[in-house]
Amino acid sequence: MVTKRIVILGGGTGGTLSANRLRRVYPKEEAEIVVVDQNDDHVYQPGLLFVPFGLAHPEEIVRSRRHQLHNDIEFRQVPVDRVDVGGDCVHLEDGTVLDYDVLVIATGSILVEEETEGLTGPGWMEKVFTFYDVAGAAGLHNALEAFDGGRVVVNVVDMPIKCPVAPLEFCFLADWFFQQVGIREHVELTYVTPLDGAFTKPVASQRLAGLLEEKGVALVTEFNTGEVDGPGGRLVSYDQREVGFDLAVVVPLHGGASYVGRSPGLGDELGFVLVDEHTLQSAAKPNIFAIGDAAGIPTSKAGSVTHFEGEVLVENIRRFLTNEPLDGSFDGHTNCFIETGFGKALLIDFNYDTEPLPGHFPTSVGLPLLKESRLNHLGKLMFQPLYWHSLLPGRDLPGVGSAMPVRGKDIEAAR
Amino acid sequence: MPIANYAGTAVTLNDEGFFEDPSQWTEAMAPEIARAQGVDELTEPHWQVIKFMRTEYTEKGTGPTVRVLGKTSGVSVKELYQLFPKGPAKMAAKIAGIPKPRGCI
Repeated sequence: MVTKRIVILGGGTGGTLSANRLRRVYPKEEAEIVVVDQNDDHVYQPGLLFVPFGLAHPEEIVRSRRHQLHNDIEFRQVPVDRVDVGGDCVHLEDGTVLDYDVLVIATGSILVEEETEGLTGPGWMEKVFTFYDVAGAAGLHNALEAFDGGRVVVNVVDMPIKCPVAPLEFCFLADWFFQQVGIREHVELTYVTPLDGAFTKPVASQRLAGLLEEKGVALVTEFNTGEVDGPGGRLVSYDQREVGFDLAVVVPLHGGASYVGRSPGLGDELGFVLVDEHTLQSAAKPNIFAIGDAAGIPTSKAGSVTHFEGEVLVENIRRFLTNEPLDGSFDGHTNCFIETGFGKALLIDFNYDTEPLPGHFPTSVGLPLLKESRLNHLGKLMFQPLYWHSLLPGRDLPGVGSAMPVRGKDIEAAR
Repeated sequence: MPIANYAGTAVTLNDEGFFEDPSQWTEAMAPEIARAQGVDELTEPHWQVIKFMRTEYTEKGTGPTVRVLGKTSGVSVKELYQLFPKGPAKMAAKIAGIPKPRGCI
């Protein structure tokens, strides 16, 4: 058998778990597996939420990308220049050209702060922060430690963003944090979103809006941020509404990795890779697949989605290489813990067809869904070691399958 | 399901006022829909956006979001809000007779 070469761009959640799963499917003589990334810092992204509140430290959530890959997977630390879709090769910035039989795009999404007027202008990293990267989360920690009262706004500029529940969790944790330091009554908390409610899906949106209200967080909806005025302490919407702040926590616009835009045919206007939402195969070329946040499919950009996609992706690469029809079974399954402060969390579980509903996960005796509980908080904490030791190595998590479980859900609640 | 009458033709709308069947739409209906949305006159840039929305819908099965409109229609997001003050993606979709753009999740 001729050795195939599978090139994976991106050594984050999707790239790492795909590489490790593929290594188990193919002995070394059957496939060469190459992972390319521009740096060697694998960030446990769910941990970023906790850094501003001193509940996690930057050094605890970053590990070597290379060390998460099994033996006999080649790691190349070099930025990607572009993909030659028609030529079946990747041009790296150091001039190397990598030919491939199969290409997996797993370069996630990047923050494009500069697309919002004023966001990175005066006040950035002083009174305007994001917690969506390590430096921002660490800077925000210092700012929160020094904060002695005033208006705090949490703003999502526009969708899509990674982990759409994270800004809500930030609000809940901020309420908890300011109570802990004893200044809650001097802090006005406001959540400012472009959506018409607290969240995208109706039942969960209502429940989460209720939680914001319980915790005294004001909600401003349908606010499309056009400008962040740091010195003036104002968010200004395109339709000229204003929300004032003393401290702004902004989730910037997201896009796909910049090389996608330099690779004609590969991605959409925002740089996300166009793939079939059930098979993860590229619309541009059948030997290209995408996984995780890099994929332009109608799921949340979340680690759980990436994890559930992994199984289908690897099976489809195997089928593609043996000319079998692809497996169209990815159902958009998403599973997110939502920290609500005070040692509690909510859990939501949904897919393309079923919105987040009350009930229990994964069966009727499991974790409570859409309901605050200590168990869910413990689940969120337990997930971190599972991430490094089960999910990235490409092992299945016990009791958590790729397809969304229907058992345990209160389907009636949607009607 | 609400029925509206534009340019002398009955069309079916959904509860939010978007066309159920985009093939019922004709250019002659646009000025009337626009007036109901508070846009008294459709200027050339309005039409540029409306036609762009129709093309995008035909090609991709969904209208673009504001951000994508700003990147691809040739009209900046700021100008889009001047043309369609109540939210460009939704208003232009209504006037162009296409379904509400699928928001992201």
